[in-house]
Amino acid sequence: MKYVIYIVIAFIFWLLITSSVSPAILLTGTIVALLTVGLLGRYFVDDVYRLFQLRRYYWFVIYLFIFIWECLKANFDVAYRVLHPDLPIKPGIVKVKTYLKTNIGRTTLANSITMTPGTITVDIIEDYIYVHWIYVSTTDPERYTEKIAGRFEKYIKRIFE
Amino acid sequence: MNDIITIVLFCIGVLFNLFGCIGLIRLPDVYNRLQSATKCVTLGTCSILLGLLFHYGFTTIGIKALLAIPLLFFSATVAAHALARGSYLFGVKLTDKTVVDDYKEMAETIKNKHKGEKNALSEDQRNS
Amino acid sequence: MDKLLHLLLYIQIGLAFFCLYRIIKGPSIADRMVGIDIFGILVVGICAILAILTNRMFIIDIGIAWIILSFIGTLTLAKYLGGKKLNE
Repeated sequence: MKYVIYIVIAFIFWLLITSSVSPAILLTGTIVALLTVGLLGRYFVDDVYRLFQLRRYYWFVIYLFIFIWECLKANFDVAYRVLHPDLPIKPGIVKVKTYLKTNIGRTTLANSITMTPGTITVDIIEDYIYVHWIYVSTTDPERYTEKIAGRFEKYIKRIFE
Repeated sequence: MNDIITIVLFCIGVLFNLFGCIGLIRLPDVYNRLQSATKCVTLGTCSILLGLLFHYGFTTIGIKALLAIPLLFFSATVAAHALARGSYLFGVKLTDKTVVDDYKEMAETIKNKHKGEKNALSEDQRNS
Repeated sequence: MDKLLHLLLYIQIGLAFFCLYRIIKGPSIADRMVGIDIFGILVVGICAILAILTNRMFIIDIGIAWIILSFIGTLTLAKYLGGKKLNE
């Protein structure tokens, strides 16, 4: 079941990047999709039935808009810090606790943290995410957890868990 | 109309790329450089690709440009994370302005684990 | 419009020289790798501008391939930095 869905996804991706339907290309695409999923399929997510639950897509769209907004804010933030003559930075590495349990949820959270203002993920060990922060405004763990991870966690929990 | 949107998106993209590269030159240590460069350059390039989509519409080349955007996002973020972790374990120092460093003990543990594995491996080779 | 696009292309190529500066001068090996990573992303932008200038389709294919290859290259170098073996 899992493998069939991944083969279909890989095949659609192949059709999109080649954008032609001649028999030779379809044959190559089938072989390549089978090979890829056969070799690497065991690394992918197990719970594929979640792909068919429509409310997850609804939260995904909302999450996408929030994410793009944060992304834009991040860019203006970096532009301000870089162009300021005194370089207003106060960097440090802080430890953020997360309550997400699945691997894909944690990966998404880490990627989101990397693209938001002033933070970049350094490592994930057990329940903790180590985050490099360009301007450490507070050293109170609860407040910076809310500030860094809190705005994404609730949406990611609804999308992936 | 589409031409104007395309040009505006291209200009925004190149401008953000410029900010990212200035950050790459000016900021003091690896982690800060990685921050500014990854964010700005990724979003700038995404903006350029989006401009390509507006110019061609949903033709072959437009769909390819649209497909490149998520690819670029995931590859850039994962590469930045791997580089930050790798350079910390390699022993690149944080800059003098740094306030807190919670990762230090964990990095020591990981390094010791690697060292132990390497020693065990070399002993194995010696025995065989 | 063509002139503006040419100008943007030249600026983008100039930015690649910023990265080259970091690659040549960088105090540690990690700085050089950051330069290489960012250089890889800038080339994709150059490919996109060239595609719109020359109106050829295959250039964007080069861009997509370049994204994936530079990603794999950076990951390999980062693994080497972190002191892991390559099969982990």
